[in-house]
Amino acid sequence: MFLNQFLLFAAVLFCIGVYGVLTRKNGVLVLMSIELILNAVNINLVAFGAFNGTVNGQVFALFVIAVAAAEVGVGLAIVLLIYRNRRSIDVSEANLLQG
Amino acid sequence: MHLLAAAAAPTFEVSHWTFDWVGLIPAIMAASFLITLFFGKRMGKHVHVVGVAAVSASFVLALITAGAWINATNSHEEDHSDDAAAITEFAGGETIDGVDEIAFVEAGEEGKEVEARPQAVVNSWCWFDSSDAPNSEVDCSDRAAEKPISIGTLVDGQSVLLLVVVTFISLLVHVFSTDYVGGDRRYTHYFAFLSLFTSSMLFFVLSASTLQMLVGWELVGVCSFALIGHWWEDKPNSDAALKAFLTNRVGDVGLLIGVTVLFFAAGNSFDIRTINHAAVVGDIGSGTLTVAALCLMAAVMSKSGQFVLHTWLPDAMAGPTPVSALIHAATMVVAGVYMIGRLYPVFWEGLAIPGSSINAMALVGGITVVGGGLLAFVQDDIKKVLAYSTVSQLGYMVLALGVGAWTAGMFHLFTHAIFKACLFLGAGALSHACHHSFDMKKEMGGLRKLMPKTFATFMVATGALIGIFPLAGFWSKDEILVGTSGNGDYKIPLAMALIGAALTAAYMTRVIMLTFFGEYRGHDTPHDPGPRMMIPLQILAVLAIVVGFLNIPKSFPVIGESIGLTLEHWIEPGGGDVFPVIDHGKASFAMAIIATLIGAFAIFLTYSYYAKLFAKNPRATEVTGGLRDNNKFARGFHTLLVEKYYLDHFYQGVIADGTKGWLARGTYWVNQNIIDNVINYAGKGAVVSGGFIYRFIDQGAIDGTVNGAGQTALGSGSVLRRIQSGRIRQYATLMFGAATVLAAVFIVAV
Amino acid sequence: MISAFASVGLFAQAMTETEEWVANGVFYVIAAVAIISALRMVSTSNVVHSALYLLVVLVSVAATYIVLGAEFAAATQLLVYVGAIMVLLLFGVMLTRAQIGHEDDLDHDQKWIGGLVSVVLLAVMTYAVTDQWGTQKLPSDRMPQNTQQVADSIFSTYIVPFEAISLLLLAALIGAIVVARRD
Repeated sequence: MFLNQFLLFAAVLFCIGVYGVLTRKNGVLVLMSIELILNAVNINLVAFGAFNGTVNGQVFALFVIAVAAAEVGVGLAIVLLIYRNRRSIDVSEANLLQG
Repeated sequence: MHLLAAAAAPTFEVSHWTFDWVGLIPAIMAASFLITLFFGKRMGKHVHVVGVAAVSASFVLALITAGAWINATNSHEEDHSDDAAAITEFAGGETIDGVDEIAFVEAGEEGKEVEARPQAVVNSWCWFDSSDAPNSEVDCSDRAAEKPISIGTLVDGQSVLLLVVVTFISLLVHVFSTDYVGGDRRYTHYFAFLSLFTSSMLFFVLSASTLQMLVGWELVGVCSFALIGHWWEDKPNSDAALKAFLTNRVGDVGLLIGVTVLFFAAGNSFDIRTINHAAVVGDIGSGTLTVAALCLMAAVMSKSGQFVLHTWLPDAMAGPTPVSALIHAATMVVAGVYMIGRLYPVFWEGLAIPGSSINAMALVGGITVVGGGLLAFVQDDIKKVLAYSTVSQLGYMVLALGVGAWTAGMFHLFTHAIFKACLFLGAGALSHACHHSFDMKKEMGGLRKLMPKTFATFMVATGALIGIFPLAGFWSKDEILVGTSGNGDYKIPLAMALIGAALTAAYMTRVIMLTFFGEYRGHDTPHDPGPRMMIPLQILAVLAIVVGFLNIPKSFPVIGESIGLTLEHWIEPGGGDVFPVIDHGKASFAMAIIATLIGAFAIFLTYSYYAKLFAKNPRATEVTGGLRDNNKFARGFHTLLVEKYYLDHFYQGVIADGTKGWLARGTYWVNQNIIDNVINYAGKGAVVSGGFIYRFIDQGAIDGTVNGAGQTALGSGSVLRRIQSGRIRQYATLMFGAATVLAAVFIVAV
Repeated sequence: MISAFASVGLFAQAMTETEEWVANGVFYVIAAVAIISALRMVSTSNVVHSALYLLVVLVSVAATYIVLGAEFAAATQLLVYVGAIMVLLLFGVMLTRAQIGHEDDLDHDQKWIGGLVSVVLLAVMTYAVTDQWGTQKLPSDRMPQNTQQVADSIFSTYIVPFEAISLLLLAALIGAIVVARRD
């Protein structure tokens, strides 16, 4: 098994996730794309852990999963709040911070 | 037998306490001037006491000095017999005939007796010493060979003569003035200036250096100015004073140049004897001498009233009559003649007097004689007639000096002083009696019966002036006529002198006829003046009779041998050292008779003219319907004379007005157009440059920089603001894009 | 492009190695499924479909963990991600009234910017990966790491991060409640 397989696989998933973040208008879909990015990173971590023969990769990946869960929770709460205030979760309409 | 073979006449030294203390004489008069000036007001009417006392003392001293000089000159002949014996011993004991004459034989001139001459006594003190300054040549210390700028006295026959003349005439004028200007508004000033004038003239006469002569010359000019303008409240008087001074100034330029040229030519010396010696022995080139002589002639022309620059003298009659007598007849105007006599070697060599038939000096003198004489005919003012007569007689003196008759010129100066002073004072007496006017035609006439004593003195003086035998003028004028043949072939000056004699006789006869004959035309009651005015007149008249005998020619019968040429013996310096060797003309009866006949003829013509006039109409003064009215040429000539040859018009209108006209206009143009324009353009330039600096530098550059900084900030801000759009997608894009780029940089490059 | 070729090359190479051809083949299947699902996820116009495609991707990732021998990570992945996070996301979709069925404008107009960025990023990462770990293999004698090893590591070496994670989860819990509270 080549290491590169996993790394490339993770890279592709990562880039698809980036594409999704930059393209999708719905806030929830943006959050989903972010989950995709995080999973790609996890694959990377675990692959390196297996490559080095240590358990650190897994542990790090576990932490990332925990953080991702927290982040999704808070993010969805914000999206719900935006929806409640504006009746829309179109991210391109949230431009009140315009300078 | 030329044991004392020298081209020069031998000289001997004389000494007397007066010769060393002769500087006292001008000093006394100067002291009198100061006292009169400072204390005069307190003395009031008696201020003349100071002046008269001082001038009397000066006169006495002058007489003593003259006596000492004469004594010294005469006494030498007795001593000289010892020298003759010594010479014969030297010659080895040979007895030679005429042993007394050996010592007196002049080389190259056999049979001519040359007397030994006394040396002039010179005392000098250092006046200005700049020997401390580097490269200075003015050194008065003892180690200096000469003292270039020194003040001192020179006593010889010529200066002694003038001493006596000046002090004597001044004394008589002082006495005369106490009556004439008594009660005048500026009595004190008058006597102060009389003293100052006498002092200056004496200072001039006694000067030992040309620098001193210059000072004296200018001083007498100043006094003349002050005295002519004595009544300056009337504009014609102050105008006349200015004219006198300025005309003299024109000639003084010549004096200054001449003195400077002689200073350098004689080896940096102002000393008169040094200059004369250098001129005589030929140390100075003849070209330089000619230049100097001509420059000095210019000065003489102005001061001594020679033709062209004489115009001031008649106008100077605006001053008080005693002043005219003293200054413009006897003393100041002869300063020029005296100067020629003093520096005679310069003129002798410079104008080539020996051996010529005409030279500049003789020519000027001759023209003056004739020109002045002609002008005297058309004057109504008696003083003006006498003034032109003075001009004419001064021409005689200059003519005499110009033909080489040195003693004749000095002698004529002497006699002229006496009889001209007498004439002027007489005119003063006449005006005093005739309503203070000098107009012969309006105020005088037939006065010989009303003022007999004045008439007598006036007649005597007139006779002396005309040259009637045996009065003074006859001898002096004749000597001049004779002198024209002495050193050259001066025929033209002789002719001019003879014509002048005729003119003199004619116009003086006219004066006599208009004044003393005919009927009295005035409005006053004329009478003889008081003793203070009369006695000086009488003294002068007596002198006019006798003084001529001082210099009668030796060939005159009976008395000629014993008293002949006495004055010449006393005053003429010996030739060769500081005086050129001059020849004297041979006295001739023929000349005397010719001159007398000419004079008598002129008198006769004039007398008969006026006698006929008075016979027709005793009160008439002019012939009506006569030559002047009928003949255009005569009328034109008369107008020419009345207008004084248009000289005044020329000086005033052409030279003075012309110069000040275009000069003033030109200067004004330069001022307005050039000078003002320079300033205006400077101002405009400053304004323009100021505006330029304001617009381009201050407003443009500096403010532009400051404003530009602000604009840059605004512009860049408005550009950079677009990043802050508030759009999340844009932020995310930028973030990811930047991260990508960074990653690429790190991965690829690092 | 390059990664496609690289992976094809690797696939070819891997298939010729007989020792782990099973694992490789399984991995490639899983990878294909995951990538296709991810691509469908970001391109579909149905929100719920997108969520379901994400679910497939998450399960594929868990399978990848098992291939790599990380049992605990796979289990945790399924429990947390699939069990909780997906549910949460679906709840979010529901609560924000996402349209059921086809929805028209789910994407921005300028999709090319995102495409560009992601492609460039992929190129950079591919280059980095192939440059650094070109042909390195996983150790052939590796063993799956069991739960015991993971637990030991967490509670000894990484105890502090573990506690920090706990706090983080607590904060996130409170924060979510506070933010989304209806008042």
